[in-house]
Amino acid sequence: MEIVTKLGFVLLGLVIILNWGLIMAGIIRKIIARASMRRGISITQPYINLFKNYSIRSQITHGVMFYLGPVFRLSGGVGIFLFMPLIFGSENWSNFSFAGDLVLIVYFMFFGMLGMALGAGEGGHPYSAIGISRGLAQFTAIELPLTLAIISIAIQYKTLSITEIVAAQQGGIQNWTLVTNPLATLAAMISFLGAMGHAPFNVVMAPQENPIGPPTEYHGTFLGVLQTNRAILHVIEAVLWMNLFFGGATNWIELILKSFFIYFWSVFVGMVFPRFRVDQSISWLLKLPTLIGILAIVIFLL
Amino acid sequence: MNNTHDHNPEKTHQKFLAPENMPRTVIGPDGEEIHIDPLNDYFCSERPKVHEPANNKIIEKFMNWARAESLWVLGFGTGCGSIEIPPLLSPRFDAFRYGVAMRPTPRQSSVLIISGYLAVKTLKRAIRSYEQMQNPKFVIALGSCTINGGMYWDSYNTINRLDHYLPVDIYIAGCMPRPEAILAGFDQLKKRIKEGRAEGANEYARNFDWYKSNQKKIIKDWNMPDYNW
Repeated sequence: MEIVTKLGFVLLGLVIILNWGLIMAGIIRKIIARASMRRGISITQPYINLFKNYSIRSQITHGVMFYLGPVFRLSGGVGIFLFMPLIFGSENWSNFSFAGDLVLIVYFMFFGMLGMALGAGEGGHPYSAIGISRGLAQFTAIELPLTLAIISIAIQYKTLSITEIVAAQQGGIQNWTLVTNPLATLAAMISFLGAMGHAPFNVVMAPQENPIGPPTEYHGTFLGVLQTNRAILHVIEAVLWMNLFFGGATNWIELILKSFFIYFWSVFVGMVFPRFRVDQSISWLLKLPTLIGILAIVIFLL
Repeated sequence: MNNTHDHNPEKTHQKFLAPENMPRTVIGPDGEEIHIDPLNDYFCSERPKVHEPANNKIIEKFMNWARAESLWVLGFGTGCGSIEIPPLLSPRFDAFRYGVAMRPTPRQSSVLIISGYLAVKTLKRAIRSYEQMQNPKFVIALGSCTINGGMYWDSYNTINRLDHYLPVDIYIAGCMPRPEAILAGFDQLKKRIKEGRAEGANEYARNFDWYKSNQKKIIKDWNMPDYNW
């Protein structure tokens, strides 16, 4: 009986996260439009696009892996969700988090991309292959500062459990990792820019020069699955950063506000700065952010 | 006797084929002979199928509403009209607020805008792009060139009536229509989709032979499969 209640809460949480992801995408598009002096889409447009993609009548396929690509991508997003504690102090909203969930979540962040690489590769379009090779190369560089930051806070809090990391940050802003370990936070916030796929790290799917990267051949329901995943992934990765560096959340309102502002950081930077080429972004990520990450570890080892 | 004027369709087919699309035999590293026919290996030449609307009227109405409110336009510009499309997305006209967005790939697009005169060479590309789009798909024809040829009606190299070659949903008259007229055209297209009358893709599949024979009358150097998705 306990597991049924648990599953119910997990599903409910997934629905809430998915809907918040779609609404947040609409709000962000609206903000971007207003910043460029347009009225922009209506906030419900992500929902309409999703319904429209699921109602395309004909689908074509390029093989089994082409089907599995979006499925892997979605299971990557849902996998992160399943092991992520959402609300601190609530047994029901902590999903299936356990002692070493942080390692598993970092693994799941790459899992979806690898599945997508196989699927998009079978699509056979040259732009897919270019997009995938750029995406994997860049994401490896993005993960480096993040991993260094995670090692740093693992040394700081002596645990790899997200729930315990959140517990250590309770009791006010002065206990957040943002204040107690600013170097690790800085390195992770830089890698967050890359993980969210806004400028300057959006050359992977840049529609103007590489239409449109990995999902070139994906359409209809396939694209609908990818869009669903993107809505979940954006929120749940912001929640990961919130749990690690910004003191977690004790209720849903706090979670929604914090995830919005963390996500908005990447949008803000993206609106201000132009796009890196893939060679520029990798060499940039491997210099200053990596050094900051190493410094964050060294300080806690001394 | 005279082989240079051979009207055998097989030969004509071969004559215009690009070198990389020629059938050939390749000997693999282990001595195995591999026959490659790129037109059959790289493309699918299966005929298009008719995809009937959903039986449940409420569901179909809802789907049509979603299709109408989210029009993804293929970024494919032909003729002078293509210069009228970019201002649509600028702050002044801002087509995004009507659910119109540009997509760079035909797979994800549902609207093909033929923006002006269509040269025979471009017609070939337009047909290929149209056939790669997924059902349901809509065609907007821009300017008088697509209606009757416009100022190019007696040109040796442009087509006169677009709907002989592709099923057109909405014509927007003018030379060239201003962005406001294009927005009004999008509005008409939305109405047509919501009423369930925008079944151009199924019409194309039903009258496939007629469309193909019209296309082949114009395109002399037909060097692609009959149907390429």
